[in-house]
Order: sequence, then structure tokens, then C-alpha cells
Amino acid sequence: MRSFAYLVPESVGAAVDALGSARPGTKILAGGTTLYDLMKLGIETPPVVIDVHRLPGMSGIEIGADELSFGAGARMADVADHPEVRANYPGLSESLWRAASQQLRNMATIGGNLLQRTRCAYFRGGPEFPCNKREPGSGCAAIGGHDRAHALFGGSDACIATYPGDWAIALLAFDAVVDVVGPHGERAVPLAELHVEPGKDPSREHTLAADELIVRIRVPATKAGRGSTYHKIRDRESYAFALASAAVALTLDDQGVVGECRIALGGVATRPWRAAAAEQSLTGQRLTPEAARRTGEIAFAQARPGHQNGFRVELGIRTVADAVRIAGKRASR
Amino acid sequence: MVMNEAVEVSCTVNGREVSLALDPRESLLDVLRERLALTGTKKGCDQGHCGACTVHVDGRRVVSCLTPAVQVGGQAVTTIEGVAGADGGLHPLQQAFIDNDALQCGYCTPGQIMSGLACIWEGHTCDDDQIREYLSGNLCRCGAYVGIVAAVAQTARDGA
Repeated sequence: MRSFAYLVPESVGAAVDALGSARPGTKILAGGTTLYDLMKLGIETPPVVIDVHRLPGMSGIEIGADELSFGAGARMADVADHPEVRANYPGLSESLWRAASQQLRNMATIGGNLLQRTRCAYFRGGPEFPCNKREPGSGCAAIGGHDRAHALFGGSDACIATYPGDWAIALLAFDAVVDVVGPHGERAVPLAELHVEPGKDPSREHTLAADELIVRIRVPATKAGRGSTYHKIRDRESYAFALASAAVALTLDDQGVVGECRIALGGVATRPWRAAAAEQSLTGQRLTPEAARRTGEIAFAQARPGHQNGFRVELGIRTVADAVRIAGKRASR
Repeated sequence: MVMNEAVEVSCTVNGREVSLALDPRESLLDVLRERLALTGTKKGCDQGHCGACTVHVDGRRVVSCLTPAVQVGGQAVTTIEGVAGADGGLHPLQQAFIDNDALQCGYCTPGQIMSGLACIWEGHTCDDDQIREYLSGNLCRCGAYVGIVAAVAQTARDGA
């Protein structure tokens, strides 16, 4: 591993000051499960690391009448197991406990998790493989290569790496907002505007400035929380990244007609992916198995498979359909 | 505040005070094994996939391979060497692993036991499915999972 200077600021203000005066390439270290891993592999080589994992006042969980507020330093395991999150927003809880392992969830923070980097094997594989994300201009080994796990949505000629996270998918469905602090104070970034598609420059993955720090995540309260799920399909039952996943939250009236409807897709796109057309198609419809299937088909109508990942279109359709039915059951309880 | 070289870190390991000058690159796993000669904690993948290096930090299970050792300053680290009783007798979960044939080669066992203990304390032992889910971060290449789940379930039932 490349050597680095290690800084431990004692407050959020000191962390922002340190970021503002830091050398280019400086990285924020929270739980470390992505950054330290990639540093070991030689993929990340920051000259300076600013450790925020024990900054005071960063890990609170508040469940208010109007919104849920999660400190960015809260651990994935703690938010997943929070009784009110489990009971009233099962989709949020599931997106956390169905990710990684309990050891990693005890380490990883919910802020750091949003910026988890792709698991594309060519990205992680190092200089042996061209990768525009890791080495801009070097090309993309995944396009025309082994693309079984790569994106069906949002890819470009430069990159088709999948966004690997689960939590951000559920947050997107719930219209979450990310509060970040920088040298000019705080600003609120809608989760929907946090991640960017690769376009011509896959090395740019999000819209935060180098001197900004995520301090909390807020989720507007909604009745659809109780009727929510994060349904995740993997190569094995647990502890694997999604081949396809769907966060669905909805409300049903007495007749079984869908009122509010929220759907986001994970494991299939270069960024968290909202399925707006699918949401619209299901809104106002009776929730039947046929309607659920049709919702999945609409969600994947624009999918662009490569060589080896075509099976994930049908898999994704069924994942959405099943998620809609699970959410429907919960909503009608 | 800038530290380019050694970082002074104090913590406890199995109840013993430890002070070390650390290179910030060092993992907790390497420090335990190479500096403190606590080789019960195993290095499997060194990438957070296998769970063989599981230890407890302030009572919570983590993978020590992905824990920069500089991050455990002021905290209490417990390894497999620290779970036996004061009289040196096996912890009930260790005994349950023997009784349930929960290992073959034994390489993953320290990590399984550290993970299993935490799983019990967390209360994630409602049924075998939940135990499997919450132990999924610990791989066993010998395939002793049936015995591992049985050992954890039995120990949880007996109130360890």
C-alpha cells in the first residue's frame, strides 16, 4: 500500500478545514470497508487520509413525525436494526441488512456506503486491465468482455460498471436528501442528484466537491413506508451483490388500488435508478399479479444488455414483480 | 495533527493494555498476528470476504483485515484468545463447536466463534434461517455449516 498522511480531525468543522486545505486526491475515511480495501489493492492511492469515523455528533438516529434523520456516521447495522425503521420502513431496513455481512455492517457508515465504489472486476483488477474509471482514457475492458454483472441502464461507451450499493436504492425510492457540509456551510443534495452516470468521464461518480463531507441523510415520512420492501436477488442467498434488486414502497386503498407508488432498481444500472414510468403505470391500478408483472416489464423496457447479462432483464422484471407483490402484502396489513 | 510516520495508539487487547507505534497502513489483523503474536485470528482472504479474521471491537464483531489498526485507539479488542473462562476452560460456544462437529480443518473456526458469539449477543438467533443469514460473513470451505449453525443455536438456547 502507498504510504499516506493520516489526519484525525476532532470536529466536523476541523474536518472541513482539513479537507479545504488538503492536497488533491485526499480521501475521507469512515468505516473503511471500501476505501481501505481499495488502498490495499493499490486502486486508491490517496496522499492524505482524513479519518472521520469517530467524529462526535455524527451517528444520531431520529425518527420524527415529518422525517427520518440519520447521522452519516451511523453504522449500517444500527440503522438496519432500529425498531422504528424495521417496523415502519422495512424497505430501508432490508436494504441495509441484506447488504454485506454483519461484520462489515458494524464497520461501514451509512454516509460512506452511499459512495461505495463499483465491484467491476476490471476496475478492481488493476493496471492489467484498461479501465476509464480507474485510469481515464485507458478504455473499458468490460465492454465486449465479461459483462455478466454489468449495467443494463445508464452505461456509456466509456463505462458500464454497476453501482453496487443497496441503501442508496431504497433511499432513492423514498426521495431522501443528503446534507453535506463544506467551506461555505451546509447544502442539501437530493439523493437523486448525488450520483452521476459515467458519460465520457467515469472517474467522476458523484456531484460532491472534494471539500464536502456528508453529515446526515434525511427521509421524508410517508405512509408508503410500511408497504415497502427491498427485494434483492443474488448468486447466493446472502452476502453477495445484487444481480437485480428493487426497492418498492406503496399504499393501497380498501379496494386494493395503488395510491402512492415508488420504485427504484439496484444492481442493474451505473447509478441508483428510479423506474418512474413503472411507478406511473401502477399508480391507480388494482394490484394484481398481472399488474405486478407488467410493472416489471415497463421498468426494464429500456434495458440495454451486453453479451452475458441479457438474462438479468427477465430476472429484473421478476424481481420488480415480486417486490411489488411483497410491498402490496405489507401495505394491506 | 498530520502524521506521516508512526501513530501512537493505545487500546486493550483481551483486557491487557497495549500501546504501539503504528504505520497507518497496518491492519488490525496484521498487528494482532505479527506484533502481538495473537495468531488465533486467521488471515484468509485479507479482503473482507471470508470472515476468518473476525474479532470484537468494543463488543461488536468486525473483520480485522479491513480495520486500520489506528482506528481502534481507546477501544477494547477481543480475539479468540480472550473468550475462554478465567480458569482457562472453554467458552460454552467453543465446547458446542466440538460437540456438534462444527469444524474439519479448523482454519475458519476462530472467526466463526467470534462471529457466533456476537450473533448470540445481538439476538439474531431466532431460528436457523436467521443464524445462517447473520453468519453469512463467515465462509467455511470444509462445509461444516450444519454443525456451526447447530452449535450457535444450542449455545443461544442455553443462554451463553
